[in-house]
Amino acid sequence: MNVFFYIAASVAIISTIMAISGRNAIHSLLYLILSLLAISVVFYLLDAPFVAALEVIIYAGAIMVLFIFVTMMLNIGQERKTEKKWLNPRMWIIPSLLAGILLVDLILALKNITTITVTNQSILPKQVGISLFSTYLIAVEIAGILLMAGVIGAYHLGSQKKKVTHRFLEKK
Amino acid sequence: MLTVPVETQLLFAGILFLLGLIGLLVRRNMIFMLMSIEIMFNSAGLAFIIAGTRWKQPDGQVMFIFILAVTAVEVAIGLALILQVYHHYKTLDADAVNRLNDSNNI
Repeated sequence: MNVFFYIAASVAIISTIMAISGRNAIHSLLYLILSLLAISVVFYLLDAPFVAALEVIIYAGAIMVLFIFVTMMLNIGQERKTEKKWLNPRMWIIPSLLAGILLVDLILALKNITTITVTNQSILPKQVGISLFSTYLIAVEIAGILLMAGVIGAYHLGSQKKKVTHRFLEKK
Repeated sequence: MLTVPVETQLLFAGILFLLGLIGLLVRRNMIFMLMSIEIMFNSAGLAFIIAGTRWKQPDGQVMFIFILAVTAVEVAIGLALILQVYHHYKTLDADAVNRLNDSNNI
């Protein structure tokens, strides 16, 4: 199992380096999604399957998709010559290779799951839920208030103001 | 069972955090800066999970869920701010937003 950890950690580090050093925003975001999937494999190896699922669903599935949609909305395509690189198959090799390594990693880890003796040591979602809604109940409510503030703030900041002044009254 | 020493796992989380920090320091594009903050949040959550697995307690995962909520709010507000900045300045360069700078008053 240690080999899987080292492989997933290497994939996460390499794809994070590619994400922060890329020129194209969309390519960097896709590398970041790959990095999050690798970290999710690490979570799975660390006996935290619930958090591994949350990482894939919320981080890679929701937050990164929000990033990608905003990047597409902004239409950051001033450097049009990078578009030619899309047609170059050389650009596809490294992401495909890293994602393939992760896939093989995950397949082998899932194949080994029968040999692992299921102990009570693994932290199950039930324990997490009980702890979340008993010990940390106040924190859950505060997180709810924070999410509410986030929704209102994003709505307020994201709304485009309509012009209401007459055009003769506008300041030049 | 994973028998990688805890030091190595925490080293992995630290490397990811440092990569996010380097990205935040180097890049001037606001999308990339927000991405780097995401990487740093995620590595902090990874450290929480490592500690929770080390002590066999669910508290690490609970903390990760809170980090997830904070990250979601931060991304929503940050992207809305980026949209407004792009609407006003027609650029994503963080150095362009310096109206409050004293030497650049209009």
